[in-house]
Parts: sequence; structure tokens; C-alpha cells
Amino acid sequence: MPGCSCVTEPARKLVTAARLTKWVVSGPPFLFLLLFFVIPGIIMVLASFRYPGEFGGLAPLTAADPATLQGVTLETYRFFFSDPIYGQVFVKSIFMALATTLICLTMAYPLALLIARSPKKSRDLMVLLVILPFASNFLIRVYAWMIVLGPQSALSRLVNGLLHGLGMEPVHLLFSPFAVLVAMVYVHLPFMVLPLYTNLEKHDPSLLDAAQDLGASAWQRFWRVTFPLSLPGIFSGSALVFIPVLGMFAVPDILGGTGDMLIGNLIKEQFLGTRDWPFGSTLSIMLTIAVLLIAWLAARLAGRRGSYG
Amino acid sequence: MAQLEIRNVTRRFGDFVAVDNVSLSIEAGEFFTLLGPSGCGKTTILRMIAGFDLPDAGQILLDGKDLADTPAEKRPVHTVFQSYALFPHMTVAQNIAFPLRMARRPAAEIAGMTRQILEQVHLTDKADAYPHELSGGQKQRVALARGLVNRPRLLLLDEPLGALDAKLREEMQIDLINLQRDVGITFVFVTHAQVEALALSHRIAVMDQGRVAQVDEPARLYGYPKTRFVADFIGHINQLEAQVVESTHGHLRLAVAGLGEIIAPPLKDAAVGTKGVFAIRPEQVRIGVHGELDELKNHFAGVVHNLLYRGEVSIYQVELANGAVVEALLPNSAPGKAELFMACDEVKLGWRHDAGMFLRD
Repeated sequence: MPGCSCVTEPARKLVTAARLTKWVVSGPPFLFLLLFFVIPGIIMVLASFRYPGEFGGLAPLTAADPATLQGVTLETYRFFFSDPIYGQVFVKSIFMALATTLICLTMAYPLALLIARSPKKSRDLMVLLVILPFASNFLIRVYAWMIVLGPQSALSRLVNGLLHGLGMEPVHLLFSPFAVLVAMVYVHLPFMVLPLYTNLEKHDPSLLDAAQDLGASAWQRFWRVTFPLSLPGIFSGSALVFIPVLGMFAVPDILGGTGDMLIGNLIKEQFLGTRDWPFGSTLSIMLTIAVLLIAWLAARLAGRRGSYG
Repeated sequence: MAQLEIRNVTRRFGDFVAVDNVSLSIEAGEFFTLLGPSGCGKTTILRMIAGFDLPDAGQILLDGKDLADTPAEKRPVHTVFQSYALFPHMTVAQNIAFPLRMARRPAAEIAGMTRQILEQVHLTDKADAYPHELSGGQKQRVALARGLVNRPRLLLLDEPLGALDAKLREEMQIDLINLQRDVGITFVFVTHAQVEALALSHRIAVMDQGRVAQVDEPARLYGYPKTRFVADFIGHINQLEAQVVESTHGHLRLAVAGLGEIIAPPLKDAAVGTKGVFAIRPEQVRIGVHGELDELKNHFAGVVHNLLYRGEVSIYQVELANGAVVEALLPNSAPGKAELFMACDEVKLGWRHDAGMFLRD
């Protein structure tokens, strides 16, 4: 019977239009992610089970003589677990990433709190100052540390002068794990400040009034109200620092010594140096697994503290 | 000695005088209300009692002790905030236990006191819920419980019913009265809603532009406002511009331009010629048809202008001969019949010689 359907003709048109809008708007980014993240990811996983090609790349899947055909293998994974050096590089990289994250957190928290509690007018200016370093090139900023930490720099002279006064051997600041750590913190600090600020800025100031009113000292107000409420900001800031530091190769390349190889350098070396694509892929996959494991652990730790709105 | 003594307190923000030489004394166990329009200084007084703000001049004494050097967290004064300010990362029980933990009470005592107050506000089954899972009324009760649990000397309430809908607000008013009576803690309540203030308070201080206009019990405040501001702010009141023509011990005779004379209750030192208003509540004004109400000393003819049907009562707005509009209120006690008079009806208004009051300019 006509006119009996629940959705009338104009209403159906509206529904169709809404559906179309959804696809038009979310389609391009979806396609982008599919093309440049999902498909390369799958290619990387597949590559890790292959043999390296003679001149780099992957071994061909066809061969004139079937006896020489190199098909699918677990060789790269066996190799990864057979030599403890790779595990050691992983552990060292994770420690470097953890140290960077912790230092960034302790430096960024007071700064973010200061910005969040400043008058509204000056907040925007301060946030601008935090992101201003991005206006200059990343490599230039890292190279600048070569000058700051170089053997003839004022800083090196000061440090070694002090050490000499204490009767200790002089040290090289540049080309050391210390230089790598300093630059890692320097480069990633804004990534910690911004999510923390975004979180702290949203806190209802009347909660602090209430806590004070109910007998909490300034210290208790921080640990019992501000800090627990800022945990989501701490977690997102930590993720934004920890994950890129774990895979970073440029900073240790430029500022690290010859003995300061991190995972990032190792992977880069497989693709550009030894031209062993399958092993490079395996290392990348292991890195992804490590990051996911750590994220899962952090989420579990966070979950145990109780969740709220 | 009153429990809370506010002595000549003044607070300025730049050129603006928020609180102007205010003195109040609040007795132990009292439900005391600061009532006034927004910007009258009532919240500033509350913040100074709590310790979030300091007076520029004057003293605030609690149990005879000056609070000037005691920071907010050390004052035995707790506040129920307008926004409730419940900690979103804590459960109801943790929120309520917060002041007890800050006071470093033993764990067993904290558990017992929390349980007891939860029962008192009927939230035992919500102990483990988070604030975002509660309704407005429940949040309100948690905020009250949290403010009361450590038994402060004073509980300050900053428009705590403002965010609730009308029906819930009425229920909460009754809960508040009962709760205050049960715990016996002094409440200092801040509101701009006069109905709320009249229903809840033992005494009310009406504030206007940083000053206290009048402090009195609700019935006296309503029945005998001392100034035009108080008369106007508390409830509805009719006002007729008038001038004293005779002043005796027994009565006042007032002249109202274009209308005639009114016999009003006596007022001390009201000299002949004093200008002001004659003020009378709508429920004191009687309305009748021509020929009725002649036995009353004050009666005038008029025309019904408007009719406001409010359910339990109807309000008739009657225009008098001089153009002034006077409201008369009639209860709708007879079922069904609510419109005794229609617009444009010619009616009589009258009131007793001892009703209403003369308020000087």
C-alpha cells in the first residue's frame, strides 16, 4: 500500500545525503591511511619472511633453476633471536626512550601548569613560544647541539674546568649517550608540554577551592586532585615522546658516538647500509611489537587506577 | 557571644565596593541566609568566611577568635559549592572521606563516619559510583555530605539549589531543613531566590549594593520590610506614592494623588508632609463588586486590567482612578471556578486600616 512505509520519500533522500556526506568527508583520509600505512605495513610483514636480494631489495620469487629459488623463510627471526646484541640494542633504546620521557615529563609538567594557570591573555603567547622551535629545521636544531656540546664550547670548558678543580679526568660531552639524551629531550619537549597543557587547562578551578576548603594543603591539592586528573595528559604526552624516541636515528647518528647505536640506527643500517630488507623489516616488526607491549602495560597500569568520565 | 561575628567588614575590588562596612552576628545552630540580587556582595562575604578572600577592613571572628591569620584549609568551615565541585576521579565514598583523610583521622573512623553520613543523605547504594553517574539531586547530596562529614563549626552553602529544577529544588529544601536540624551545625546560606530564603532560614540578611538592608526572621521580613528595597525584593508588593497628612499613635492618614486618602498603621516619627510609598501585599487586598467592601476603611473603585491564573491562586491587576495598578490575590479554593472577575469588569478594592505600611523615601 502506498504511503505505508515508515520513511517517507524526502526523509529517505536526507538519509542518503547524510550517508554520502559521511563517505565524502571521511573517504580521503581513510584512503590515505590505507595506501600509505596499512598496505606498506603488510608489505613489510611479508618482506620479513623473505630472503634478501643479491644487490639489495628482496630475492626474486621466480628463478630459472628451481633449485636456486629462495622462497619463504623464518631465517631473519631466527637470526634476531640467535644474537643477544639485538636484544641489547632494544633494551638500550627502551632505556633511552624511558629516560627521555621521564626527563621531558618532569620538565614539561611545571611549565604546562604555569601556562594553564596564567591569565587567559598570556596563555596563547606562551603556547606559541613552546611550539616556536618547530619553525626552524629539525636537523639544524640538532646540529646546533654539536656546537653547544663541542670540545671548545663554553659549556664543555666550564664542565671540564669544574672536573679539573675536583681532580677528575676531563670528559667529552659530544658524541656520547649524554649528548643524545640532551638532544632527544630538547627535540621532544613540546610534544609533552602541549597535551599536558591541554589537559591541565580544562581542570575546574573550583575543585582546588573545594580541596582547600576541605582541609588539603597546597601539596595535597596537587597530589590528590591536579595530578590524578592530569593522568590522561601524562599518558598521551608520554606516548608522543616515547614512541618517536624509540625509533629515532637522526639524533644518535649526528650526536652519538660510534658505540651509541639505537634501534632506529640499526633499522636504517639494514635498509641503506647492508641492504638486508628482510632483516630490516623484522627489526621494524619487533619494534612495533615492543611499542604495543609497552602501551598495553601502560594502559593496564592506568586502568588499575580506576576510570572516570 | 555569637558563634560567627562579622565586624565592620569592607572589601573593595578596585573602585568597586563589594562589601561595605557589614556587621552580622550568627548564632550557633542557626540557619542563616544572605539574600540579595547578584553583585550585592553576598558571595564575597561567603568567600571571606571560607578564607578564599580577605577583608580590606574589619574582622571575622569564629567562636571569638579572629580568622584573619587562618588559611582556608585550617578553618573549621566547609563549603557546598554552587557547581558542587565533586572530585570526578573519586567515588562518592572517596569524595565524602576526603575531608576526614585530610584531617588524618584513623581509617576505621573514616569508614564509620562515611557510612553514617551516606545513610543520612540516603546514598548508601551509590557509595561506589563516580560523580558523573549521579543525577543533579544526588550530586547535591554528596556535596552536602562531604561538607558535613567532618562536623565543621560552620557549613557555607553557595546557591546550592541553583542548578536543580523547580520540583527537585522544593524536595531538597525540605531535606536541607531536616538535615540541618539533625546535625545541628550552623548553616550560612547564600541565595538570590527569596522563596528559598523564606522557606529555609531562621534569619535572613537582605543585602543591597554591599550593605545589609535588614536582618530579620522570614515572617517579620515579609510582613514588616523596613525599606522599599526589602519590600520589593521579598515577595510581591503593591506600591502607591503617598504623603503623610496626619500622624497619631493609632494610625497614619496618607494622601495619594488622584485617589484620595488611605488609613495606614502608625509609624514612629512620621511627620506630616513626609513623602514615601504606601505598600501592601496582594493577599491583603480584597476584591469585590460594587457595593461590597464598604465596611473597610480603605476602599476604591477600579477596573480589572489583567488576570493571571497561577493554579492555586489568581492574581487580578486592577487599575485605580489615578492610573496606578494594584494587584489583588485570591486563592482558588473552590474547584473549577477560577475567574471570578474578567478583564474590564468594574470592581471594588479594599483593605483593612491595619494592613500595609508606609515606607519613607
